[in-house]
Amino acid sequence: MKRYLSKNYWADRDIQQLIGKQLRFGVILSSILVLVGGIIYLYRHGAEMPSYREFTGVRAGLDSFTGIIHGVRGIHGMEIIQLGVVCLIATPILRVAFSAVAFLLEKDYLYVILTLVVLGVIIFSMTGNLAG
Amino acid sequence: MTILLFTLILLVGAFLAGMLGSLTGLGGGVVIIPLLTLGFHTDIRYAIGTALIAAIATSSGSASAYVKEGITNIRLGMFLEIATTTGAVIGALIAVYMPTNVVAIIFGCVLIFSAIMSFRPKKDHSTDDDKSELARKLRLNSSYPTPAGPVNYTVRHVPGGYFMMMFAGVMSGLLGIGSGALKVLAMDNIMRIPFKVSTTTSNFMIGVTAAASAVVYLQRGYISPGLCLPVVIGVLLGAFGGSRLLVKANVKGLRLVFSVVITFLAVQMIYNGYTGKL
Repeated sequence: MKRYLSKNYWADRDIQQLIGKQLRFGVILSSILVLVGGIIYLYRHGAEMPSYREFTGVRAGLDSFTGIIHGVRGIHGMEIIQLGVVCLIATPILRVAFSAVAFLLEKDYLYVILTLVVLGVIIFSMTGNLAG
Repeated sequence: MTILLFTLILLVGAFLAGMLGSLTGLGGGVVIIPLLTLGFHTDIRYAIGTALIAAIATSSGSASAYVKEGITNIRLGMFLEIATTTGAVIGALIAVYMPTNVVAIIFGCVLIFSAIMSFRPKKDHSTDDDKSELARKLRLNSSYPTPAGPVNYTVRHVPGGYFMMMFAGVMSGLLGIGSGALKVLAMDNIMRIPFKVSTTTSNFMIGVTAAASAVVYLQRGYISPGLCLPVVIGVLLGAFGGSRLLVKANVKGLRLVFSVVITFLAVQMIYNGYTGKL
């Protein structure tokens, strides 16, 4: 623990290592959420029948961020699993954002711009109302 | 079959998929789609959403190990991600208008291609003669560490590689797979970079590419928590176990078995797509 607090620790570390840690943290956090939500979901609905033969889309509330948060507050298993899934999707996106900061620290402005373009495409896919 | 039993069987299937995926470098998603559609008669749209999430899980899980070693070419990956993410968004948009049986047939073809790719003899085309002006301007040329010191390499045919990556992105967005085989093809054969670098850089890109289309699929209701539960946990445990096993296993024999299984599944997907059952 001591070495994490020492002043030189963060200065010595390459930003890449920090990104590696962020990825692992994202994966662990989302698996915990999926597991916790999964236990609640199986406890409540484990005896029911699965229905994935006909495509109807997931039920309302599972397809938007506000809906998921609303369900998590009510401790619904499915929404907690879905929050884990959202964390998983966010993990590589955050990595791109971190990389932009890393390139900025290296004063590599060409790559700051290229990284922001990638981030822009992803944000467009989120907010561009592409679901149809 | 109750949800509990369904989840447990799928967990075992996803575990095996994750293990085979990490042993062969194909990723877990490739096996998830035939497992769900052929094995559990799940609608292919749910299967695509679930496989995308599996691809992100395996990519982020193993990438955290690779970045430490300094092999991944972050600049090359980031530059090519412009191509793969735009491709992925285009793919996710086309998917709405594409009949599901056509998606199944395209998936089968990509599966056969991936099986051949994972089994082909690997030839290293990498060089260190600096021929591409564009690669120099974009600072794509780099080096990777070996026990004998860093090895320099240069990147060739940047526009060709870029368009191949865009195609890989479209396939990823349309089919819900990481399309690692296509990415490695673009980097090995077109851009002429060393394998070690292409494999880890491709893995780095898979997560970001899949995330770009996953958001669209989430809003469209393709991503079902009941399916993601066993698949995320199973694929992650499998990939973790697979990387441990990789040291001991007879990888060549496993690859052969896996390629045969994949080809068999691919033919089934194409047949069911053709007869309109998927």
